[in-house]
This record gives sequence, C-alpha cells and structure tokens, in this order.
Amino acid sequence: MTVFVIRRLMQAMIVVFIMSIIVFFGVNVIGDPVYMLVSPDADQADIQATIERLGLDRPIYEQYFRFLAGAWQGDLGNSFIFGEPALKLILHHMPATLELAFTALFMAIVAGIPLGLYAGLYPDRAASKAVMAGSILGFSLPTFWVGLMLIMLFAVILGWLPSTGRGDTVNVLGFETSLLTADGLSHVLLPALNLSLLKISLAVRLTRAGVREAMGQDYVKFARAKGISTRRIIGVHVMKNIMIPVVTVLGLEFGSLVAFSVVTESIFAWPGMGKLLIDAILQLDRPIVVAYLMIIVLFFVVINLVVDIIYSILDPRVRLQDKTT
Amino acid sequence: MKFRRTFFGAVTIAASVAASIAAAEKITIGLASEPTSMDPHFHNLGPNNAISRQIFDRLILQDEKQRLMPGLALSWKPIDDLTWEFKLRQGVKFHDGTDFTADDVVCTFKRAPDVPNSPASFGTYIKGKTVVKVDDHTVHFKTSSPYPLMGNDVSTIPVISDSVGCGAATEDFNSGKAAVGTGPFKFVSYKPGESISFSRNDDYWGDKPIWTEVEFRAIKSGPSRVAALLAGDVDMIASVPTTDIQALSKNKDLQLSQGVSNRVIYLHLDQFREDSPHVHANGGGKIKNPLLDLRVRKAISMAISRDAIVDRVMEGVAIKAGQLLPEGFFGISPNLQPVEYDPQGAKALLAEAGYADGFEMTIHSPNDRYINDAKIAEAIGQMLSRIGIKMSVETMPRSVYFSRASKGGEGGLPEFSFMLLGWGAGSGESSSPLKSLIHTYDKSKGFGAANRGRHSNPEIDALIEQALRTVDDEKRQDLLAKATEMAIANVAVIPTHFQVNTWAAKKGIKYIARTDEYTIAVGVAPIHISGNDS
Amino acid sequence: MIDAAQNALPEAEKQLIDTETPFQRFRSEFLESKVATAALITMVAIIILAIIAPWIVPQNPYDLAQVDVLDSRMAPGSEAFTGYTMWLGSDGAGRDLYSAILYGLRISLSVGITSGVIALLLGMVIGLAAAYAGGRTENLIMRIVDLQLSFPAALVALMLIAILGKGVDKIILALVVAQWAYYARTVRSSALVERHKEYVEAAACLGISHARIIFRHILPNCLAPLIVVGTVQTAHAISLEATLSFLGVGLPPTSPSLGVLIANGFEYMMSGRYWISVYPGLALLLTVVSINLVGDRLRDVLNPRRNTGGQARSAK
Repeated sequence: MTVFVIRRLMQAMIVVFIMSIIVFFGVNVIGDPVYMLVSPDADQADIQATIERLGLDRPIYEQYFRFLAGAWQGDLGNSFIFGEPALKLILHHMPATLELAFTALFMAIVAGIPLGLYAGLYPDRAASKAVMAGSILGFSLPTFWVGLMLIMLFAVILGWLPSTGRGDTVNVLGFETSLLTADGLSHVLLPALNLSLLKISLAVRLTRAGVREAMGQDYVKFARAKGISTRRIIGVHVMKNIMIPVVTVLGLEFGSLVAFSVVTESIFAWPGMGKLLIDAILQLDRPIVVAYLMIIVLFFVVINLVVDIIYSILDPRVRLQDKTT
Repeated sequence: MKFRRTFFGAVTIAASVAASIAAAEKITIGLASEPTSMDPHFHNLGPNNAISRQIFDRLILQDEKQRLMPGLALSWKPIDDLTWEFKLRQGVKFHDGTDFTADDVVCTFKRAPDVPNSPASFGTYIKGKTVVKVDDHTVHFKTSSPYPLMGNDVSTIPVISDSVGCGAATEDFNSGKAAVGTGPFKFVSYKPGESISFSRNDDYWGDKPIWTEVEFRAIKSGPSRVAALLAGDVDMIASVPTTDIQALSKNKDLQLSQGVSNRVIYLHLDQFREDSPHVHANGGGKIKNPLLDLRVRKAISMAISRDAIVDRVMEGVAIKAGQLLPEGFFGISPNLQPVEYDPQGAKALLAEAGYADGFEMTIHSPNDRYINDAKIAEAIGQMLSRIGIKMSVETMPRSVYFSRASKGGEGGLPEFSFMLLGWGAGSGESSSPLKSLIHTYDKSKGFGAANRGRHSNPEIDALIEQALRTVDDEKRQDLLAKATEMAIANVAVIPTHFQVNTWAAKKGIKYIARTDEYTIAVGVAPIHISGNDS
Repeated sequence: MIDAAQNALPEAEKQLIDTETPFQRFRSEFLESKVATAALITMVAIIILAIIAPWIVPQNPYDLAQVDVLDSRMAPGSEAFTGYTMWLGSDGAGRDLYSAILYGLRISLSVGITSGVIALLLGMVIGLAAAYAGGRTENLIMRIVDLQLSFPAALVALMLIAILGKGVDKIILALVVAQWAYYARTVRSSALVERHKEYVEAAACLGISHARIIFRHILPNCLAPLIVVGTVQTAHAISLEATLSFLGVGLPPTSPSLGVLIANGFEYMMSGRYWISVYPGLALLLTVVSINLVGDRLRDVLNPRRNTGGQARSAK
C-alpha cells in the first residue's frame, strides 16, 4: 500500500507540473491585467511603472521560471489585486468552501439515502415515482437559477433565513467555522441546500439502484427464507452492500461539490475559494488563478487516493494496485 | 422579518453592554465592490480609497460634492509660485495614542507612491512634489512649476503613522497591526471576501461619529445586495441597481438617496487613422475613416437620443450630458447644453459628408464596468442604425476590453474605432478629463493617457496646459471652460450622460449621496439628525 | 448492418432477443412509459422550434434595426412599437423575449449538440483505439481518461475558460475537453467485451482489416451505451454552458444563449420583472428535463441487465 501511495503521489507531481505549464502560459495569453489595475488617472509613466512592479515586462518564460523557483519554496506568487501571497489567500478562503461542501454532502446523505431506499423498496408506489421524478428535476435544474429562487423565497418573501454571506464564526483547532454558531448555521443552510440538490438526486438514484439490485440477490432471498426480519435484512445486509458504491461515488462527488461551489458562492456571496477564483478570472488576477488550479489538482489527486483507500477498507476484495503495473 | 436583525443584534450586544439602545448604533453596509486591501496606499482604486476614509484622514478632505475642506491641515496656500504651505491641525492623536505631526506627513508622501507590488500607485498625485517639514505643524510642498491643483492632489493621499505605518508592509495593514490612523473609526477586523469592521474613535478631532460599530460587507451581485437589504441582513446598500430603484422607492420601509456622480459616460471616436479597423464601406470593403470628418461626428452625436438612454436604459436614473462634468463642478462651461436628438438633421449631415448610404461600424463596450454599459452600447447601436449606419455591437468584460481599447490595435495603438467609456473626475474639477481624454496623446508629458480616439488639437492643448499652470482660480475656470467648449464643438468625444448613484437604507437612516461614489460611514445619519445637512 | 452484427452474436446474447426486431422492441418499450413519451415529444418539439425559429418569430433579436430600446422591459402581452404583441414581454434592450428565447435555444442547443457530437466522435475513436490496441497504449490512454474523469466536468470547463478566454468556439472546445473522456470510457468498456469474443478473433484470422472489424463489428455493439451517455451528456453540456454564461465566463452577451438571457434577467429579479429571467429559465429547464427523461428511459430500455429486470417486473 505504501508503494501504491508513493507512486500515486509521484504521478500527481507530474500532473501538477504539466498543469503548471499549461495554466501559466494559458492565463498569460488572455487580456492584459495592467489596464484593469491602474487607476484611470494614471499617465503613461505610471502604467509603465506598474508593468515593471508586477514583473510583467519580463519575457513569459522568465516569468515562468521565477514562478517555478518560487513554487519550489511554497511561494505561488503574489496576487496582483490583493498584494498578498496567492497561496495564503486561497488557504484563507478554503475553510469556508470546505464547510459548505461538507454540509451539502451531509444533506445529500441524510436526505438522499432514505429517499432512495424508499424508492428502491417500493418502486411502484406513487410517492416513489414522485421521488424519482424529483430526482430528474434535481439533476436538470440549473444551480444558479435555483439559488436565486431560494433567496427569493426563504430570505425575501418569508424572511426566515439570511440571504447572503457567512455568519458568525468560531475558531476550532485553528479553523474558522460557522457550523457551531446559530447565526452561522442559519447562513449556511440555503447555500448548502442549493449546492446539495444535485447530490441529493444522485444519492437517491444510486441508493435506489443499489437496493433494487440487492433485493433480487440470493443472499436476500436466503435471509428471507431463514425468517430474518425485513428490517434487519435491509438495515444490515442490504445497506452494507449498497453503501460501498454510494460512499465511493459521493466521495468522488465531494470534489465536484467543491468545484460547483463556485456557482453557489457567487450567488450567496459566500466567501469561499470558488468566489475568489471567479473574481480572479474576471479581474485577470493571474497568480490566484494559477495557484488555485495548482491546489485544486493536488486536492483532487488526494481525494481520489483517499476514496481508493476507503474503498479497499470497505470491500476487502478490492486490492490497491496500480493499473499501469 | 424586519425585526429579526434587530433582535439578533440586540442579543449579541446585550451580553456586553446592557443597553438595548446600543443595538441601533451598529450599522451594516452592503457594498458592490470589495476593497482589495486595508493598506491605504496599496491600490489607488475607488472602493479602497472609500474604505480607507474610515481609518485614515487626509490633510484635506473632500466633502460630498468633492469641495475641499480642512482635514488634518487647517489651511493651505501658495506662499510663492513654487511653494504651498500647509498648516497642520494640532492636538490630533493616532488611534494608538501617538501625536500627529509633520513627520507623519513627510513619511506618508514618501511611502504612498512606492508600495511594493502595488497595482496602481498614488504616484500620479505625488510626482513632481517635494515635501519639506518646516516645524512640527507646518509642511511645505514644492514644485518645479506653478501648480494650482495642489489641494486636489493632496486630498487624495491618506495619512498614515510614522511610528507604525510607514515602515509596514501591506500585510501588516491587512492584519490590523499597521492600520492605525487618525480617522473617525478604528480598525477591528478585515476578512477578505466577507466583511470589514470598525469601531468608533471616541477621541476623533472632528464631529463625533454616530455609529459605535460599522461593518461593511461586499455583496457583488446587484439582486443579492437588494435581497440582503430587503431581508434586513444589512441596514444600507450602495450602488442600487437602476432596475430596482422604482420598486424600492415605493417601499415604505426604505429610504433612498441619490446624487449625480462625477462620472461622465462618453464615446471615443477614432480620429487618427485613415483606415480604421472597425469601420468599413457597405459590404465590408475599405473606406477612408469617415470619423475624421467633423460632420460625421456631429451627425453621430445628433442621432443619439440621450432622452431614450436616460429614460429607458437608465430608468430615469441619469442626467443627460453636454460636457465632461455635471453642473456644480469647477471648470465647466455654463454655455453647453446636451446635443438635441435630431435624426433627420443627422441624416442630412451624413449625406452632406458623402455618406448618404451610411457605412458599417462596430461599437465596442465593456459589459461589467459602468452602470448598464452593454445596454447603452446596444441602444446607441440601434439609434445609429436608424440613420443608415450599419452597426454591430460588441461587448466584453473589462478584463479584455481595456487592454484592447488602449493598445490592442496594430503597433500598440488603440484597437477600437467607436467605443463607450466612462470618466470619473477624481480631482473634482474639469482639468482631469481634459488632460486625460482630450489633450493630444503625449507620452513624454503624461498627457492624453486615456485619449483612445487620439483627437488632437494644438489650440485645446495650449489652453489645457495653460490652465494647469494658472493658480488664479477665476482665470483657470475660464481657460478650462473654453477648452471644454472647443472640445465639444470639435466633437473630440461624445458625452451621453452622467451617472447618478443611488443608496438605499432602511427607514430612519439616510445616506448623504456623494459625487465621488464613495460610501463612508460618517455620511450615514439617522434622519432626525441629518436635517441640517443637504 | 445491425443484422450483420446480430448474426455474429453468440448464442448467450441471442437468447435475449425476442421475435420482434430490436427496433420494434425498443420502440414499444420506450413508449411504455408515458412520461418518457411526453418528454420525447417535448424534446422533438423544442428542437423543431429552434430550427424554424427565424421563420416564426416576430423579430430577429440580433438585428439592431429591428430592436428598439423604447420597447424595453415591457410586461408580457404588451404591444411593441412595430405592432406585434410581445406575449412573453421584452428584455432590457427591447428584445421580444419569445423571439430571444427561441434564438437563444438555437445557440444553447447548437453549442450543446456540437460539443456533444465532437466529444462523442473523439471519445469514440480514442476509446476504440484503446480497446483495440491494448497493452501500453491502452494503459496510457486509460490513465489519462481516469485522470480527467477524476475532475468534475464543470471544473475542467472553468479551467479551460480561464485559460482560453470567452467565445463560442472556446466554450465548445471547453465542453468537448470536459466530456470526451466519458465517451472514451463508455466505448472502451463495451468494445473490450466485444473484442475478446470469438467472432472478432475469427474475423481477424480471416484477414479482415482492422478498420472493418472495428467499424462493422465492434462499433455497432457499442452504440447503445453511447446513445445513452450521449443524451445525458448533451443535457449536461447545455446546462453547463448556461452556468458558465451565467457566471460571466461563458458565451458573450452578443450571442445570447439561454444562460446569457437568464443572467441578463437576473438583475431584474428583485424589481418585479420576473419574466425576463423566469421564461428563459423555464425554457432551459424544459429542454434539459426532457432530454434527461429521454436519456433516463433510453438507459432503462437499452441496458440489457435492467431490461431483464423490467421484463420480470411486467411479467409479475
């Protein structure tokens, strides 16, 4: 397993390196941040001074080598706009995004699995059909549109929940979290729901499919014949078997939650790293774009690794090995 | 739902101060654009300059109409052609208790133009000036030629503390360590992307601020900002979208305040190329740039219905423009009126210039910079297509737009032929647009840096340069007005309208609208107190 | 072609086929579901509307000479200056929303379908190549596919847009890159099953060319899963384009897809002019839901494993 982990991490490094080239040269082709940054009052000499201060007068390959040299020491460059290290800014925004994604994942599991179980056990009931139709809707509704509708309904019309932003936070083990304050929870509810809709649908469908398949399996029939209660069959045997694919997929989807939080964060003004990225793209804050993409690549590699490892623990038949070997 | 906020606010504060009235003294303000730093010298940008007004005073402050008034300086006057003397206010203390002296001024003006990694420095306002300490409460600003705009320039520079600020890095300001000023509010916290909080400076030298606590939150999306106000999450918002003003003004729980800004929206026309990249003959062939012909420029200006732009696109929240700054500003011409909408006359002028059948042209515009910018461009496209010019409209985000508009063409020249732009006169008088937009592009002198149509007229240039050397206010006013009149007569640019900014607050408080578009806490007042001010 | 493939099927698979022709069976099974039938009709109607849009709408929303700012923000049912009735109202620039939605639909659908088809072809070729070549080539290709699939499509597209900039061509490219791996994986896994069957080996022994084996024998057997993945992915692509456009990094406002229309209408949400955003939103919703429902049904019908389950169910 150690060899496996090391090899995967090495592959990750290569991917990150290749990505750095693509991303760095890519983002340096579009637009010119200087005219975004300088004050309109600036005269020609001021503009030139800004170009030099930001190192944009150097040839692109030189800029890249400076970036690489910095990256080696953990410095991914300074944000043009904030003047602070890009890495620091992203890490600062990360807890908010993770918090949102975890809450959404939690919602997906809590709402999605029971609904899917129900729909799988009683496929012909009207309620099950409604659940399945709802899940199609959940797949199809554009996240950004739903977000707006949620704000309209719960914040403006009903006035139950705050419309935007993150609530009061408390510091736990060095991380700021809003999940432990009432104000924080009230703020996280709507964006997390918005983010989790897609995943609730997914959890419903996965669970339903799993249950339907499991119920036809011999071991269930055998258990029934043995007189074990339906409750126990479902609760212990069926659940155990369907949890594996559901957990795997939802784990993989955690990454997609982080990615999709870009949309939700923009609408709910949630101060996460997705919003940081969109703002950086729109304002050509290249160091942030590059650093974000580098971090997200690493992040995904780690998630995949963790999912693989969890998978091997849940299902002993799966052994960790590399397909290339 | 309106009471929810107050209720929570009360609970939070009741824990520390057992007075329910305290709940009313905290104010939360929703901003459209987030400041990028707490370092007041890092980024010369509207939102940053506005936010730094809470913590840092200037030697000279600009009031809500950008008129200069004493700040940390009690008086300023030229003592000879090349020297301005500033008398500093005595007994002012920084938030950390140290005294404010001339040393703070000297080090401020040394640091401001030269902050590492600064994307837009304050060098523009400081270059050519030498600051000399005369005594603890007197400084001299020296220049190499007579300079009338000393007060305006100095009013842009936030004064920081010699002991903790001048040697500090941008990070130290963001963490609060160096965010020590003399201003009406003290730094409490800065959470990028989230909120910025301040508390009252009880020892402030000026009028005591009303609010004990102020929190600014950035909510970029317009509808979300309005929703936050309606839901009671914030007490006031800046930059109310024009589309929502009508509905909000009918809402009895809210109080709107509006004021014209110093920002003119105008069109630049390519006046330096025989072959302009985005102008073609009918059918797409080559054509000698028609915009070089004054009659064509006039026709275009006449074909634009400024009423339609103001009423339909801006929903009434804008003022028709006939020059570069609205009424009430220094250096405007009293004789200029917005050009009348006259499509027939425009057609006749086009025919007279030999373009009876029109030509093909593209209007370029940003779509995320000015209020309703893309919609205005589209409306102008519609209007010009009605006088026979075959228009296309191309809009793009400012990240792409401004670099193309400035140097996207062949040989690093401006790319567009006909483009929509805006200009806010930071100095609050008309030399600012004149020298940047109208004066001939001149890299060595630093003139015409934003002259993207490259209009060039030596007579106007001479007037502008003379005005910039004339210290006498009355004479300078005449020179600037004359330069403006000539520029408009030559259709150097086509002004369409002045932006009007709108703030909305919950009932009982009101914001004093500012021409510089800043949102600052001292401008927010409970209505019964604000009676004495505009 | 289908017959040829069928004749080559081994006994085990043949048993699954009833006396009806596969298409008849497929059709009757598909139509068994009323919801899916309605979705199919809706989908076809939407596509037809999008195609004939220029001939049925009162206004070309892109022709500046036909759009008047004086008509802007009119409520549904108002009459335009030029005389026609704007049943769905107008947007901030004075475009008739009904016309704008149909034109927007054209753009959304063509972006979704174009990127889907290109991604499908690309993924198909790569997937087939991987399955057929085997060995190191296959390993390499599949590692790239796995790597790409480990990133959510939305993120891949967002990254590419960050790198490429905006524009119709760029968003199509971004969507293709974001999607090809799904097709490649699908094709490769189905092709792999076929490749090791006797008939392929027999064909190879007979000296039939690789191309002929791939395209005449292996490919037809991969079509069913490809169609399913293709429908779902197209719906996904349409939705993704709308999302990117809404974020301001997708299509430029000059070619307003449904996403751009919704984004433009977004600013009017709080002012009571719901129609500017809601109607394009509903159009998008209807499009994506109908495609997804069709895809869902196709999956049920075309998937042999579920298929037997379905038969067992109906037998009950």
